Amino acid sequence: MSKGGTSITKDKIFKGIGLTATFSCLLILAIFLGFIVYQGVERLSLDFLMALPSRFADQSGIYTAWIGTLWVMVLTTLISFPVGVGAGIYLEEYSRKNKWSTFLEINIANLAGVPSIIYGLLGLEVFVRLAQMGNSILAGSMTLSLLILPIIIVSTREAIRAVPKTIKDASRGLGASKWQTIWHQILPASFGGILTGVILAISRAVGETAPLIVIGALAYVPFAPQGPLDEFTVLPIQIFNWVSRPQHEFMINAAAAIIVLLGITFLMNGIAVYLRNRWQNKLNC
Amino acid sequence: MGRKLKEKIIEKALAFCALLTILTTIGIVLVLLVEAVGFFREVSIIDFLTQTQWTPLFSQKSYGILPLLAGTFLTTLIAIAVALPVGLTIAVYLNEYASRRFRKIVKPLLEVLAVVPTVVYGFFALLIVTPFLKSFIPGLSGFNALSPGIVMGIMIIPFVSSLSEDALSSVPDSLRQASFGMGSTKFQTAFRVMVPAASSGIIVSAILAVSRAIGETMIVAIAAGMRPQFTFDPTVPIQTITAYIVQISMGDVPYGTLAYKTIFAAGITLFIFTFILNNISYWIKTRYQEKYE
Repeated sequence: MSKGGTSITKDKIFKGIGLTATFSCLLILAIFLGFIVYQGVERLSLDFLMALPSRFADQSGIYTAWIGTLWVMVLTTLISFPVGVGAGIYLEEYSRKNKWSTFLEINIANLAGVPSIIYGLLGLEVFVRLAQMGNSILAGSMTLSLLILPIIIVSTREAIRAVPKTIKDASRGLGASKWQTIWHQILPASFGGILTGVILAISRAVGETAPLIVIGALAYVPFAPQGPLDEFTVLPIQIFNWVSRPQHEFMINAAAAIIVLLGITFLMNGIAVYLRNRWQNKLNC
Repeated sequence: MGRKLKEKIIEKALAFCALLTILTTIGIVLVLLVEAVGFFREVSIIDFLTQTQWTPLFSQKSYGILPLLAGTFLTTLIAIAVALPVGLTIAVYLNEYASRRFRKIVKPLLEVLAVVPTVVYGFFALLIVTPFLKSFIPGLSGFNALSPGIVMGIMIIPFVSSLSEDALSSVPDSLRQASFGMGSTKFQTAFRVMVPAASSGIIVSAILAVSRAIGETMIVAIAAGMRPQFTFDPTVPIQTITAYIVQISMGDVPYGTLAYKTIFAAGITLFIFTFILNNISYWIKTRYQEKYE
């Protein structure tokens, strides 16, 4: 045990390093967020939210941007929710374990790792050009839907798997068909978990910039979009546009817009975490 | 009969949803291949892979991908140099040292780092980290690889730490107890027993982190400059593959031109790298799961 002394010292040193690493990360996060609030909070006003974009930083607002973000959120949810949950149900309840299902699984894992900008290239060729949707909200939402599909599928499968098998067996035992069991028993019991995954996925889509730039979402849109086939911009693109300018006033605008974007993102994540906790408690009862 | 038919239709509809994921992959590969083949009809693949100039928009055109690859490699290397040691340290600390309560409070806070949109990280890199680095690195250019690389690393930390932690916590507790029983300290147990036992999971987290860093776009598009240079100097402006695609997408490059096709040639290069990395990690993961479950 002659080395015992140094081992215990090592133990203490690592404990210090671990604690420092953890708190450094949290400190950096606090500095980043504090800086944003410090820079942007004074610019934030009703005028800023309701003003159209302008060449002059102090007259410019984020009206078109947040309307665009709202459109993208709604359309992306409408597209990705049924498709993602449907695919999740199929993989968990219908598909038999064979080479085909393994292939599907590897493929989904792979899609989750494809850089978002590649989805932009796919959307540009398939939705913008081939399907002739142009640089529209619809094209953008379909691109983002494909991007978040793997997240929704994976979380749907996890949620379904968490439902006790006894519920399924009981339903089938009473003579319910496969789909009746899924629709009346499994989906209601797993809905909290599914919803959590969908909200997290949509919140990811709201923060995406690169794929939307590639499909041609514009930095400058003079009016708020009226329908799904209109041209559009979103908050992240507006932020990118302002950050790319050298003038300090636009940086202030960017910081204020970031507060709004982070507000949306954190709110959605908060709701998701709340729903997950409630659902898990219910499931454990 | 009606009910059976309905059941069949529903099953087919659900199967179609799952099939869409395959169609997406086929779509990605086809789109990249078709446009890239168009590109390589006009530019020799040898020049593409060996020339050290990337100037598709200049009058003196040159199509060597090496400058973009160097930029991508450089920012990725810096990001991993930050994310891997810090992420792993946090994972070991939280799993082996910290109390349950501490972990419960800190983990969600760390996850916030992963939730922040990348465009916001770009803002941080340009306006906080670059000025800070400039205060003690005098030669640092306003746009450089170092600052976005570091910020990218910070962004990836929770990704590495949570994946590594999953790996560590799936190691059977009996191994830890046995190590303690032999009189080992926590440090010895962590680094001689737990980390080696979880090594495949930790390697997976590292590979996925590299893949994330290679594909990351907005941070480098904002803070690294838009100048493709074949250099490994982290203090000068560079351009990554992803940032180049953004640059072209924002300009008015007409459809079907050679300049338009360059983004697909760059895209397929990016896709090949991430595809290989993702598959390696999936392969390791499936082998590893068999080991303990």
